[in-house]
Formats: sequence, C-alpha cells, structure tokens
Amino acid sequence: MSEQPVRIAQITCGAEYSGIQNEITTAAETVGGKMFYPDVALKDVKRAYKDFGLPVKSPDLKLAIARTQAIVEGRIEADGIFIASCFRCAEAAIVRNELRRYIVENSRIPVVSYSFNERTGSSTLLTRLEALTTIARRRSLMAREVQVGTTMGVDSGSSTTKCIIMQDDKIIGTGWRPTTEVLKSADEVVALALEESGLRISDIQATATTGYGRFLVGKHLKADLVQEELTVNSKGAVYLAGAQKGFATVIDIGGMDNKAISVNDGIPGSFTMGGICAGASGRFLEMTAKRLDVDITELGALSMKSDGGENVPMNSYCIVFGTQSLVNALAAGYSREDVAAAACHSVAQQVYEQQLQEVDIKEPVIMVGGSSLIQGLVRAMGRMLNTEVVVPHHSQYIGATGGALLSSGFIDKKKEA
Amino acid sequence: MAKVFIYPATSLILSDLVARFGHEPLGSAVAIREHIQTPGFDSPPIQMTSDDPQKGLKWAAVEVPSGIRGRMSLYGPMVEEAEAAIIIDEPDLAFGCMGCARTNELLCFMLRERDIPRLELRYPTSKEEGVTFVAAIKEFLAELEVKKHE
Repeated sequence: MSEQPVRIAQITCGAEYSGIQNEITTAAETVGGKMFYPDVALKDVKRAYKDFGLPVKSPDLKLAIARTQAIVEGRIEADGIFIASCFRCAEAAIVRNELRRYIVENSRIPVVSYSFNERTGSSTLLTRLEALTTIARRRSLMAREVQVGTTMGVDSGSSTTKCIIMQDDKIIGTGWRPTTEVLKSADEVVALALEESGLRISDIQATATTGYGRFLVGKHLKADLVQEELTVNSKGAVYLAGAQKGFATVIDIGGMDNKAISVNDGIPGSFTMGGICAGASGRFLEMTAKRLDVDITELGALSMKSDGGENVPMNSYCIVFGTQSLVNALAAGYSREDVAAAACHSVAQQVYEQQLQEVDIKEPVIMVGGSSLIQGLVRAMGRMLNTEVVVPHHSQYIGATGGALLSSGFIDKKKEA
Repeated sequence: MAKVFIYPATSLILSDLVARFGHEPLGSAVAIREHIQTPGFDSPPIQMTSDDPQKGLKWAAVEVPSGIRGRMSLYGPMVEEAEAAIIIDEPDLAFGCMGCARTNELLCFMLRERDIPRLELRYPTSKEEGVTFVAAIKEFLAELEVKKHE
C-alpha cells in the first residue's frame, strides 16, 4: 500500500498570480507531498490579524496570518508548512519572517520559507519540499542517534563527491573526489572508501545517497535511502559535533548553494537554502584561490595570516562584481593574505545577510561541508555571529556521514524482509 | 451601457449593482473567467502562467514583485478598457478584498489617471451610511447613462 501524501499547508500571497502555482504543486507531488490552502472563516481572519498584532495592509497577508494561526493552534492539521511570497516585496518579507518565527516558537511543525519570482521552477523547490516531507514522514528514522552494522553514504555534490563507510558507530573508510561525471566520480569515491576500510562492496549492509546527483547515484548503487541534503547534512552535523540533543544551527556553504538549518534534537525545524548569487558560495572562494594562485586547500591557511581583511573593500554579492573587487584589491596593493581573508569575510557576510536572517540562530553553530575547512571563513562567520563556531571532524563528509548513519535504519528492515 | 471598472474588483455586490443599473462591470470575475476558459492553460488555481507577470511589465517595471505584475496582467487591460470607475476605499474584507496592497495602490492610481467618470466612496460603517452609499452609486450609474446618451 502506498503512503499517504504529506499534507503541506501553503501560506502564500501571490504564487498563483506569479504563475508558479503549478510548479509548487508539481514539486510537492514529486516528493509525496500535497499542497493545500488552510480554510479559515472571515471572523478568524479578523481575530487572528488583531491577535498577531502586526499591522499589514495586504488582505492576502492577513489571510496568511490567520491560516498560520489556525495551524499552530491545532484547528487545522498540517504535516509541514511552506511560506512563500514575492521576491522584492518588503511587506510580505516581514510577514513571512514573523510567521516562520511564530511557527518555530509555538509548534514542532517543520517550516520552510521562500521568496519566489516568475522564474521559480519545480526543480528549485524540490529539495526544500523533499526536506519538509522527510521530516514529517521519517521522524523515527531522523531520530536515529547511533550507527549500527556496516553502512555507506555517498554525497554527490555539485563540486565534490564524497563517500563514508561506517561500522558500529565508527568511520572506517573515506573517499573524496571533484565531481566530474556523476557516476564515475561516485564509483571512484566508493572504491577509495572501500580500499581504506578493507571491505568489499558486498560487505555493505545498507547504502544512502544524497546531494544533487542522489537520484542517479542512488539508482546506480541500488541505495536503500535516497535523501536530499538538508535533512541528511543536519543529521550528520549534529552527530559528528556531539550535539544530537537540544538546539543547534548548521551552516553548510556549498559549491553551488548554501544551507542554513535550525535543528532541534537532530531534526530540522526551519531551514533556508539558496543564496542570491554564487558570490555567496564556495564557488567564489574557489575563484579566489585560483586568482591568488593557491590550491583551495591552502586558501584557509593563507587567509589566517591576515587579521581578517575587513579593511579590504570587497563585495561578493554577485560573483562578477566580487571578482572585480578581488582584482581591484590586488591592484590597489593589498597583500594576498588580506585579499584571501577579505574573500572569506565577504562570503560569510553574504550568507549572514541573505540567509541566516531566515533561521533562528541557536548555539552551537556548526559549520560543515568542504568550505568549513577554510579557517578564514569559519573565523569570519564566528566574528559575524559573535560565537565560537564548531567544525566537527570529517566536516567535509557531513552528507555522506549522515547518509551512512540514517541508512543503518534499513538493515533491520532488510533482515525482516 | 458603460464599462465600469469596480474596485475592489472581487466585489460581487458592486458587480451586481453595476449590472442592475444596466452597465457592464469590469472586475476579477471577468478577467479570471477569461483565463480559465482560454484553451491550453493548465496551471491551477487561476490558470496563470509565468508569461503573465511578463505581460504585466506593460504596467509595472521589472523591479516590481512578480505577483503584482501577474495581477496587473489581469487588471491592466480592463483599466484601459474602462469607461467609468467606482472605487471603494478601505472596504471590509467581506465586501470584496484585493490580495495585494501594492497592486491596489497602483490600480487605484491608474484609474485616477484615466480621464473617465469616477466615483470614490468610503466604505459605510452604519446602516444610514449604507443607504447613502447605495444611493450614491445608483446616482453615479444613472448619470453615466445620461452622459452616454448626450
């Protein structure tokens, strides 16, 4: 028997007028979700708007407030909430943010917020809605705190492909390669991890895949679990950081996009994914390393020779302008160390300004992914948030580790079968 | 008979009043019906596609949020077509509500810019005001008929 669809409440104020309603519906259906508009009576709208206390002019935003309140108060049941409004609308952005905060503070319902334009496609929304349905549907799996048996996780990311093999709650094999051909890179990292662990593929009891290439690699490896990176990364992060209980914030600055996830007891509560431009991602740091003629693995050490680079004018809001700033800074005579640190500071600043405003920052703040190995970036983020940022061991393998951990839940199921 | 744009464009009462006095109401029902009945569209719930916000560029710049431009692609042609307009300020939600405040501001501005007969009224808050309100609309629509015949 097929599973019941996950009911996702749609709290939006213009998605249908932006011509993207079909994209939202399609993305939800692809991941086993069903969007619905929570029904509220007129008197509820008036009461909720008055109770909430935020004066807004748009009637659709008043309706959004009433719909949210009805869900939080339990008058309408929802497994997840999707809040979205037009990109560039200030009034809706305020409401969106306050509603997200209200949901997180008053319920355990997972929520994702997003600002769309008419170009928003279902593929853009897929990972976000997949994370919502996963949290709702697989809470028991997400609650897994200990890895058992011999399992493997493969993270097919946009820049790099990673593999982790775990046995009895320990990492015994790792593999890392730049992503070229998706399947070839996956096969290579699996071979590396198997070699390091001294195991054969037949010894692996369960496999998980995550990242952009998760579906293709998952089919290739006959994976038991094919899962988006938001839930898998947050699980891997709190596991490796020893922060499985209570609140945590996970920041993953990736090669193509960034994830900021607010986690409670290992389960994401609210999250944001994306970024305005590659200038706020690891891609800008790769470009910086290339321009400074150092390997990306040396960029961190180089940046730490500077005291922070805050005095170097650099704005990587857009990767083209960011590169321009980089070139200008070098031409103005700033040292390579200062420029490296400034690039790290700029990326941290963009992530802080564009994304961290959308989640509640609660300590510990855990940075993961390959970019967490760039010390200058971690330092800049720590200064920005005024906290000591935790970078757990194997932080670059976070998705693969989370996958290996979660897939061990399938070993018993296989035995039962 | 005159084509009368009604604001809020979703108001069934206003639409009915205009029709009762022999005029053609221009409002949401007309714009959305056209969209729904156009063959080839399949983007529920109101069959708008990502092309519509681009059509809306005629009335609002690209920096304007897509939801506003999408709405303007529905209402813009009707404002241009309108021969008269009735604008109700601060209406109750039950009377008819237009979802986006910024669209509403632009829409009302566009109607005020047009050189057409226009009636602007405050939404009534008592029975007495309600009677005056309906009478004012009736008078406006009746005069509209006379003007058309002149």
